[in-house]
Amino acid sequence: MDNAPLPNSLRSGPDDRGRFGEFGGRFVAETLMPLVLEVEKAYRAAQADASFQTELDYYLKHYVGRPSPLWFAERLTKTLGGAKIYFKRDELNHTGAHKINSCMGQILLARRMGKTRIIAETGAGQHGVATATVCALFGLPCTVYMGATDVARQSPNVFRMKLLGAEVIPVTSGAGTLKDAMNDAMRDWVANVADTFYIIGTVAGPHPYPMMVRDFQSVIGEEAKVQMREAEGRLPDIAIACIGGGSNAMGLFHPFLDDTSVRLIGVEAAGHGLDTKQHAASLSRGRPGVLHGNRTYLLQNEDGQIQEAHSISAGLDYPGIGPEHSWLHEIERVEYVAATDTEALAAFQLCTRTEGIIPALEPAHALAHVAKIAPGLDAGQIILMNLCGRGDKDIFTVAEALGVTL
Amino acid sequence: MTAGTATARTGSRIAARFAKLRAEGRGALIPFLEAWDPDSATSMEILRGMPGAGADLIEIGCPFTDPMADGPTIQLAALRGLKAGATMARTLAMVREFRREDDDTPVILMGYLNPILSYGVPRFTSDAAAAGVDGLIVVDLPSEEAGLLLPDATAHGLDVIRLIAPTTDPQRLPLVLNGSSGFVYYVSIAGITGTRTASEEDLRVAIPLVRAATDLPIAIGFGVRTPAQAAAAVRVADAAVVASALIETLANSLDDQGRARPDTVRLVLDQVRDLAEGVRNARVTA
Repeated sequence: MDNAPLPNSLRSGPDDRGRFGEFGGRFVAETLMPLVLEVEKAYRAAQADASFQTELDYYLKHYVGRPSPLWFAERLTKTLGGAKIYFKRDELNHTGAHKINSCMGQILLARRMGKTRIIAETGAGQHGVATATVCALFGLPCTVYMGATDVARQSPNVFRMKLLGAEVIPVTSGAGTLKDAMNDAMRDWVANVADTFYIIGTVAGPHPYPMMVRDFQSVIGEEAKVQMREAEGRLPDIAIACIGGGSNAMGLFHPFLDDTSVRLIGVEAAGHGLDTKQHAASLSRGRPGVLHGNRTYLLQNEDGQIQEAHSISAGLDYPGIGPEHSWLHEIERVEYVAATDTEALAAFQLCTRTEGIIPALEPAHALAHVAKIAPGLDAGQIILMNLCGRGDKDIFTVAEALGVTL
Repeated sequence: MTAGTATARTGSRIAARFAKLRAEGRGALIPFLEAWDPDSATSMEILRGMPGAGADLIEIGCPFTDPMADGPTIQLAALRGLKAGATMARTLAMVREFRREDDDTPVILMGYLNPILSYGVPRFTSDAAAAGVDGLIVVDLPSEEAGLLLPDATAHGLDVIRLIAPTTDPQRLPLVLNGSSGFVYYVSIAGITGTRTASEEDLRVAIPLVRAATDLPIAIGFGVRTPAQAAAAVRVADAAVVASALIETLANSLDDQGRARPDTVRLVLDQVRDLAEGVRNARVTA
């Protein structure tokens, strides 16, 4: 593999305690600790086993539909009038988002470990649908925890999960969003330690999850590197992705971390604005703390109580962020910016009308930032954006925001 | 690394209390209350009344928005506490006030790491010790990460009480016990608080394994609800922790606005009294 990390590489983390600099780790109750260690051991063994990668490659190619295309967004480029814009089309994966990349890897690991029951948390429902899908494929029972608020605003995905045979449990604690769903999934796991595997949807949670999910998602960046060289004979100048927990961004960025010519930009959800209390910008407005098994930037009050995040996009509505992002923020390898609900809505419509692609509201945040910077760059510059999900699930939310009654 | 690494520190209130109970030949009742649940005055009154009702040690929950190891009962208690205005500083103030009248009953704070990190570990351990706190249980701080807290806690004379679970295999025990003091908290079920209960037979198998690895007293918690279950716990171990059952009594006594009623404190303390009677009549067998 020509992308094997060098000794002084930014890609060699985490250390054996699961730390990326000061971030990450394994902050779970003792009841869970042996399980977390068991997952790590099983994952290391799978990584060392060529047949595991062969099996994963098979399912990614023939079931998920990888590689996803690289698309030159020519009309968007002309409309914005500046840098050339490419989309990595992960919205074309089976189930319509990047989430299945990691679900496939994790369920193959669960099968190797002899686990017979799968649980997951979900925000927008994309990870829940992807998990329910691989569970249907392999005939494993699946329970998905989803905040009651999200159940209400993402009803098509709830129905999809049920059609796929999953049990969807609405979580009413807290504000009933992704953070609360993750709490309840952890509670389920601790009570069903013997037979259950927890498929986490993002690059967060206790070690080895941030590393493992990143590795499975890195297929995005690995493919994009090859595709950019084929299309342009070089790497992009800028790679950009939206960030909730940060799995699609980590998957895009990680293969580029040592390519110093490539600027990496992560776009958080600014909700109603960074200076309001209603946003989900953990890096821009949070500070380090411990939640859901890892040390990372969190939205929290002065007493260390976790605050509710807000975004028009349920998939970005999380008060934390993957620990590797916190580290990349502190060492300034990745720039983290934010886009508001309004900016994301405008980008959503721009993409739909200029490219004929209805993006999910999550990557619409990344596109909002592309729209800000592309006009100021010259035509020789290349921006690569991860279009990590399709927007069919969001049409109700968008209709409501635009004042349209369906 | 066996028993030598986990020590009962002489001079601590926790060690003194367990020594006294051992001399009396009985086990300990450790009731739990959540700070500021449902309000400052009620929770202070419950805390003050607990020793008189038969509490041998007291565990105070520090409210946190996301208590991942706890079931709905304690989570709701934490949210009531936070809504009433609980903060880490105010929880410490409760202990300070309690210590004006009671210098003997050990007080253990149970909570999650983030509010402690936010307060600042050196300042927190210093302020907690000064307030009269004796021990800390930090649920989401496993041994692998304990270096964040242990040096400061030890420097200020605070016992760091470790959780041991049914999932903890014997190979992990030395690591988990390393640096722990005061007592060992055996989580009797693989699960969250207030849900299932371990059988006495399960405990009779599990506790001797822990006993073989440490000289520290062993408390059993998670799923201990009734006087009979508390008695069973102190027949195989040294202490019974009761939390969710007491919180349920408190929660059921609240009015429809979530406010304490005149009999809230009495109902909780009566239950402590019943539990204490169960523990005292259990007759610790060797």
